[in-house]
Amino acid sequence: MDAVILSRIQFGLTAGFHFIFPPLTLGLTLVIVIIEAFHFKNNSELYKKISNFMIKILGLVFVMGVATGIVLEFSFGTNWSNYSRMVGDIFGAPLAAEGVFAFFMESVFLGILVFGRNRVSRGVFLLSAVLVFFASHLSGLWIIIANSWMQTPAGFAIEGGRAVLKDFFAAAFNDSTLIRYLHTVMGGWITGSLFTAGIGSWYLLKNRDLDSSRPLLTTALWIFVAIAILQFGSGHGHSVQVAKTQPAKMAAFEALWQGQNGAPMSVIGIPDPAQKKTNLEIAVPKLLSIAIYFDPGARVQGLDDFKEEELPPVVLSYLTYHGMIGLGSLFALLAVISAVLLISKRIFETRWFLWVLTVAVPLPFIANELGWMAAEFGRQPWAVYKVLKTAEAASVVVPAWQILLSIIAFSAIYCLLFAVFLKILFSIIRKGPDNITIGYVGE
Amino acid sequence: METMQLLQMLWFFLIGILFVGYSILDGFDLGIGAMLPFLAKDKKDITALFTAIGPVWDGNEVWLLTGGGALFAAFPHVYATVFSGFYLALMLVLFALIFRSVSLEFWSLDETRRAFWKWAFCVGSFLPALLFGVALGNVILGIPLNDRMEFTGNFFTLLRPYPLVIGLLGFSAILLQGCTFGALKTTGGLHDRLVAAGKKIVVAYAILMAVSSVLTALFIPWSMGNILAWVCAAIVFASLFLTALQLGKGSGFQAFLLSSLSFMGLWGIAGSLQFPNLVRSIDGGGLNLDIYNTSSSQLTLTVMLIIALIGMPIVIGYTIYAYRVFKGKVAP
Ligand code: HDD
Ligand code: HEM
Ligand code: HEM
Repeated sequence: MDAVILSRIQFGLTAGFHFIFPPLTLGLTLVIVIIEAFHFKNNSELYKKISNFMIKILGLVFVMGVATGIVLEFSFGTNWSNYSRMVGDIFGAPLAAEGVFAFFMESVFLGILVFGRNRVSRGVFLLSAVLVFFASHLSGLWIIIANSWMQTPAGFAIEGGRAVLKDFFAAAFNDSTLIRYLHTVMGGWITGSLFTAGIGSWYLLKNRDLDSSRPLLTTALWIFVAIAILQFGSGHGHSVQVAKTQPAKMAAFEALWQGQNGAPMSVIGIPDPAQKKTNLEIAVPKLLSIAIYFDPGARVQGLDDFKEEELPPVVLSYLTYHGMIGLGSLFALLAVISAVLLISKRIFETRWFLWVLTVAVPLPFIANELGWMAAEFGRQPWAVYKVLKTAEAASVVVPAWQILLSIIAFSAIYCLLFAVFLKILFSIIRKGPDNITIGYVGE
Repeated sequence: METMQLLQMLWFFLIGILFVGYSILDGFDLGIGAMLPFLAKDKKDITALFTAIGPVWDGNEVWLLTGGGALFAAFPHVYATVFSGFYLALMLVLFALIFRSVSLEFWSLDETRRAFWKWAFCVGSFLPALLFGVALGNVILGIPLNDRMEFTGNFFTLLRPYPLVIGLLGFSAILLQGCTFGALKTTGGLHDRLVAAGKKIVVAYAILMAVSSVLTALFIPWSMGNILAWVCAAIVFASLFLTALQLGKGSGFQAFLLSSLSFMGLWGIAGSLQFPNLVRSIDGGGLNLDIYNTSSSQLTLTVMLIIALIGMPIVIGYTIYAYRVFKGKVAP
């Protein structure tokens, strides 16, 4: 295998592993801010206890995010050095800004959350929680700016073979930044709220920690209900954006083999690139045209409208995209059921649904991964859309065997860390809010 | 053109400041990490040391991330050349940093594998503490580059004697940071061991400093005319002498400040030897990577400057606040 393929595999693996943790961080900080606000208002020991418990989990998730994030920060230089030379003028600034504005704040105030409960006033503690929330979302914004610029580049000119910044705000707030940010953050809130609700449900099912589990479940579930339904809207907006800015990607998402007026929306199926058709397909006629242009007769470009060598991998794009939407629909269904049970105050007694919530905890993680895969596979063969091909972005001096070696090492290390992470996470949950100690304990 | 040059120089200086911040702050937790198994007699000692650095180590590491990001943004070719050229060495540093990041938390929560996480933290701190200096020694001495700015050496090019000595020098500076900060935060036997170790390290540091000076004269003869480098070297020796005196009296904030000052002196030497180059090329052929032929556009440098001017004062403000929140000895 050549160095480019290997670097792509390495980036996919390391970014995919990193992205297990950030969405959970985003969601957990939201939950913690809300719980801390209750604690601040009522000075209730119960909320303090629950908050400490969630902060303990956040601390664990956070270090995994840190450990895996450092790798990505440097991978643009190690594996994509040509990319860095060509677009560093634009791409470097958001990464640096992320450090200056977000990472410092995130880690300093997380230090206060994890270790400082007895050293600062309740007000400062709440403020620290808010700042951790704020900074982690700000860090997401900067990195999404960087990524969105790769998807829909703007505010630059090509000079001497390099992309040179011409307009910072146009580059930062390009066509896809805001909608991608909204969609990704909401994905994180879905992840964190369902995670918390799952823990609450499990305690209820085990008939333990009843004082903590009820507020945990209701607080988190209300967030989940709202966001899981709204995510449909942001997803729709995102799809429209993709169709307009990256039509080849949308054609691959939908496996729309021929461009046509009144294009159907594919619900399920198995694309077959050899035959240029989708097997076992269920599709809703005209819906794609309606969704994108609000016009049942509008023309949507198909795969045949583009050069063969500029098409993304259709099967992967289609399956990941539809997988995400399938899960999104499932979350919306869960949200509706949750809302009914919450309003009718039957949620604590409906055991089958508590089981569903517990078992569903991993699904948003999968939806996040599928979404990123769709976005990134769909961008191929471009690293920077219509500007720089992925094949030209890789480092030229790194031999393939070295990359292979690092892939093997990353895989081994990440498997080990993930196993330990899960073991510790389950042990914190099993101990429960009543048995949480703050800080490091040697005994 | 005038403004452009000014910006390029300014960014040389600002990236230097980020690396100084990283060395001084993360230096002490790297140092404590590298010495951990040798200084901590029992769980209580490890808990004390981890508690001393627990609330701040990640914030300290962000100086490195920001330094790397700023290097990427301001001098993309340097970032690209060095990081791809030193691929294997950098992977080693990354693996180390990964283990280091998780091991405090894992040590405390994964009771069955405590010994493993203790050593993971030690090795994970030791490798970067040594390799950063080796990397710096390499870019000062020069590395083989072709005319497209690509590194043409291999892994062993990096392990030449001069860079290795610079690596040891940096390592001793990091250990001294660890001793002086650790002594500030601890009590009892652990405190006394940190002070005792500090006294030995100060001597080793001064010897390595002398050796490096001689080697620099040998390998980089033109550097001898650089006045600023001499001034900085004098600062290093003077602050080491004063650190030793302070350590003789026990410990205290002064020892930590003086040790930090010596670190600034080291960076001062490196900076004055390098300016305006960032990476020297050996073997004639290739050209040096300097601040003029590797930098980003004027607009990017300006935007970055605005970001730094708004952001860094705030960062420094709340960092000081956080250190004050956690002031004093950790509970025994
Ligand atoms: C939408 C969110 C998001 C996305 C797409 C990414 N990250 Fe991330 N990252 C975060 C959101 C985040 C976070 C929420 O801010 C983290 C996760 C947990 C944490 O500790 O902070 C974080 C941590 C984190 C760290 C450690 C910071 C520290 O030491 O405190 C680094 C260096 C990166 N990330 C870098 C990257 C890079 C280079 C990415 C892309 C290639 C990337 N992240 C994707
Ligand atoms: C319910 C219907 C949904 C629709 C129509 C939808 C739509 C989209 C689209 C079009 C993209 C690709 C953007 C691109 O290629 O640039 C995307 C990406 C993504 N989706 Fe979804 N999505 C939905 C649900 C979800 C859910 C439930 C989650 C997570 C819980 C999620 C998480 C993501 C993530 C993390 C990305 C990658 C980042 C990005 O490009 O925004 N999506 N989504
Ligand atoms: C954290 C969530 C992310 C995931 C799961 C993810 C996933 C992937 C995958 C699977 C690839 C390989 C695609 C292929 O080669 O077929 C890739 C490539 C890449 N991604 Fe992402 N990505 C994420 C975020 C980002 C962000 C935020 C950036 C930029 C700031 C980014 C920059 C890149 C680059 C430079 C490549 C390599 C070049 C390329 O394939 O175009 N990614 N990513």
